[in-house]
Parts: sequence; C-alpha cells; structure tokens
Amino acid sequence: MTTDVDTDRKPAWRAHGTARRSTHVLRLRVSCALVAVTVLAVLLVPPLVQLDQQAVDLAAKLQPPGWAHPFGTDDVGRDLLLRCVYGLRVSLLVGVVAALTATVIGTAVGAAAGALGGRADRLVMRLVDTLSSVPHLLLGIFIVAMFRPGVWPVVISVALTHWLSTARIVRAEVLSLRSRPFVDAAVSGGASRWRVTVRHLLPGVLPQAGLAAVLMVPHAMWHESALSFLGLGLPTHTASLGTLIQGARGSLLAGQWWPTLFPGLFLILPTLAIAGLAGAWRERINPRRRSELML
Amino acid sequence: MLELRAVTAGYDRRAPVFRDAHLTVAPGEAVGLLGPSGCGKSTLARVAALLHRPDAGEVVLDGMPVRGFRHRAPREQRTTIGVVFQQPRLAADPRLRLTDLIAEPLRATGRRASAADRVAELADTVGLTPDLLGRRPHEVSDGQLQRACLARALALKPRWLVCDEMTAMLDASTTAALVRVVEDYRASTGAGLLSVGHDRTLLTRWCDRTVPWEAVAAG
Repeated sequence: MTTDVDTDRKPAWRAHGTARRSTHVLRLRVSCALVAVTVLAVLLVPPLVQLDQQAVDLAAKLQPPGWAHPFGTDDVGRDLLLRCVYGLRVSLLVGVVAALTATVIGTAVGAAAGALGGRADRLVMRLVDTLSSVPHLLLGIFIVAMFRPGVWPVVISVALTHWLSTARIVRAEVLSLRSRPFVDAAVSGGASRWRVTVRHLLPGVLPQAGLAAVLMVPHAMWHESALSFLGLGLPTHTASLGTLIQGARGSLLAGQWWPTLFPGLFLILPTLAIAGLAGAWRERINPRRRSELML
Repeated sequence: MLELRAVTAGYDRRAPVFRDAHLTVAPGEAVGLLGPSGCGKSTLARVAALLHRPDAGEVVLDGMPVRGFRHRAPREQRTTIGVVFQQPRLAADPRLRLTDLIAEPLRATGRRASAADRVAELADTVGLTPDLLGRRPHEVSDGQLQRACLARALALKPRWLVCDEMTAMLDASTTAALVRVVEDYRASTGAGLLSVGHDRTLLTRWCDRTVPWEAVAAG
C-alpha cells in the first residue's frame, strides 16, 4: 500500500509567525528612528540654529513651501519649520512632564488602595470611578480655566485628569501580587505593610506603570494641542502644535494648506512612533496580548 | 503551646473551607496533619501561621489568644512562627537573589548588621553553596530554592515551624536533607512543628504523632 503524502507543503503556522514577527521588527525600527529624530530635533535645532522663531517678515507672509522656507511661512511671515520644531519642543515637554506626574500620582494611589485593601480600597476606587465618569477634557478645561494661560496649568490639568487609568492598572496588579505566597512569606518574616509594598509589590508593577506612562505621553500631547486649539492652553504667542494649528485655521479656509498640515504631521508622527514603541514594550512584558494603538 | 480552638475558616463566609477545627501542638512536639488534596490543609496551615483570619474560633499562642492576623498581628507574634510553603517558585520573590531572599526577614526586623553572617550560617545549615547564593530564583532548581525558603523560615529562630507540604515538589534525597535540617533545628532549639501533607509514610516517620484530617475538622 502506498500513501500519498505531500512532503513539500510547509506548515502554515511557521510562515504566518515569521511574517508577523518581521512586521513587528519593522514597526519597532521605524518607531525608534522617528522618536530618535524627534528627540534630536527638539534638543539640537534650537541651540544650533541661531534663528529667531518669532522673527516677523511681513513681505514673505504665507509663502508656500520652497527652498528658502521648506515648510513655507505663516500669516506674518515666520518660518514654519522653525515654529514647528519649537512647537514640538513645548508639546513634548508638556506631554512628558504631565505623563510622568500622572503616573506617579496613579501609581501611589493604586498601590495604596491595593496594598491596604478592604474599606480603604473600596473608598479610593469609588472616588476613581466618580472622577472617571466626568469627561476628562471637560475636567481639564475646568482646571486650566482657574489659572492664567501657560505651560504649567496645562501640565497640571492633564496630570490631574489622567492618573485614573494608571491607578486602576496598578491596583489590579498589586491585588494579584498581594495574594502570592511570597507576600505571605514576607508578612510572616515580620515585614511591615510599607516594606511589603515598596520591596515586593511596587517592583512587580513598575513595567506596567512605565508602559502606562509611555502611552500617556502622546495622549498628553494631544490634550495640550486640544486645549491650546480651544484657546485655553498656552498663550497664542508661545509656539506649540496646538497654537500653530489654531492660528492657521483662517489661512486654511483661504486655500493655504501648509500652516495646518505641517504642525498636524508633527503631532501625528511622534504620536504614532511613541505608540509603536509602547506596543513593542507591551509585547515584551505580555507576549500573549497583541498591541493596538491606544490614544 | 500552639492551639487552634473551634476554628472555622475559608475565603467566603457563606461557604467556609472547614468548620470547627481543633489542633494542638506542644513545644518541642512534631505533629503531622494528614489529608487528601483540596481538604483545606493549607488554609489551616495559613491560619496557624497567623496569615489568614479565621471566620470563627481562636488561635492561642503560648496561652495568649491571637487578636489580629497578617499585619494586624504584632510583629513579635508573627515572627515566632516560621513558614515553609509548598511551591518554592511562588514563595520566592522572583527579583531577589537567594542571599537577599534569606536575609529578608533579618532586614525587615532591623537586624541588617548581622544579616551577612547569619545568611552564611543558614546557607551552610541548609546546604547551599556560596555560588548559589548570588543567583536569582529562576536560575536554581526547585530543591535549591526550597532550601533557601527553609533557611528564610529559620532566619529569625522561630519557636514554631509550619511546613505546608514542604517536600511535595522535591525528590527523595532533597526531602531527606530538608527533613534532617528541620529535625536538627528542633533538636537544638526545642521548636514545635506542624507539618501538613498527604504522604503518610513520610509524616509517620518524621513526626511524633500524625492526625488525620477527619479528626481535626469537619468539612
């Protein structure tokens, strides 16, 4: 008896797996390159290029992209490439500081709730639920409206409205770690609540908290832009991606597309790059979950 | 005396794991608790080690009723009982090197200065070589990790030892070595032992008396 076996056929899972892997590697490389270019641009361009981003040249107003001005000029003749780099610098600063602050608050609240448990945990989490039920852009607008326009009100507003999800993540992780026998062993060995939290629980949640912080950077940048676009964030003379887009609204209606397009791209590309990096990080700490863009 | 009087415990008040458990361990005595898998032995061991608050009944330690469990128990009371768990992988913080793992109770109770000497002494007692002490839990075998966990349980010289299926994951020679360490410790300090397990042969050879689960608690 002969059997007819197709020996040339390759197993399907292998090809699928490699394809997925190479896509991941490509995405990771592109994201790394974009983040590196962004960071280098905002760090190096202002000190190296001794040009004034506020220099007004009314004779050259609203020029389309060309050799003299690669991104064109705005309605008072300022170079848009320079304005975009300065704007990105402010937006990135706001994003990073706000994300770090929110993560510190969220981690502290989540770890305290998870480690204390019982009534304290229920009380804190109901407070978190209550705050989450208010749309956070609305809450953010309420907070910035209490201060004079500037960078810090925006940072405070974004930080105070964005620690809630981190607190939930950290509390859930702490609750799951708290029931492990190694925590029992620490309790039995005389460790105080503080020591158990700091030495055994917090190090276990840091990867998740770090991931939440990275994912929050683009989110915070978008919030800064949204607040500035509404005229509630940074003062209009400070270049940020939000103020640039807001200032360009009028010229867009008149057919000049470049003052809106380039700040928009400067907002979208770093956002995608940071989200790509965060996705790779997430797959590293939890390979079973496929990453998706979270904004 | 370590006494459990009419203890009812579990994770849901409406459906306790066991009811009305009575158990006494005298100083210097080794008591083996025999029971099938899933009967509630480990929960009883956690109650006896003051790690789980019972729903009813009381735990009496040296004539004093225990008022609080886990962090609510005074540190002096908690540390008089050393605990060894069934699965060393879960009972060891994956980030700590074995030397830090063993030193953890010493540092937590403010004996940082003497920790290094005591760790070396304990490692020698349980048979861990210095090169193993620098490794993390994932770099050693279950048997080596359980030795470290036993060393950690003995670090504060407890007057009571609770071993929850301490040797269930181990081979015969490691089992014999660990039982020898516990027995040497008991011989030198007069500590009492509650050893929980399902291996009748081991427990009858190891302990002064063994009690079947049915004689201790109602399900």
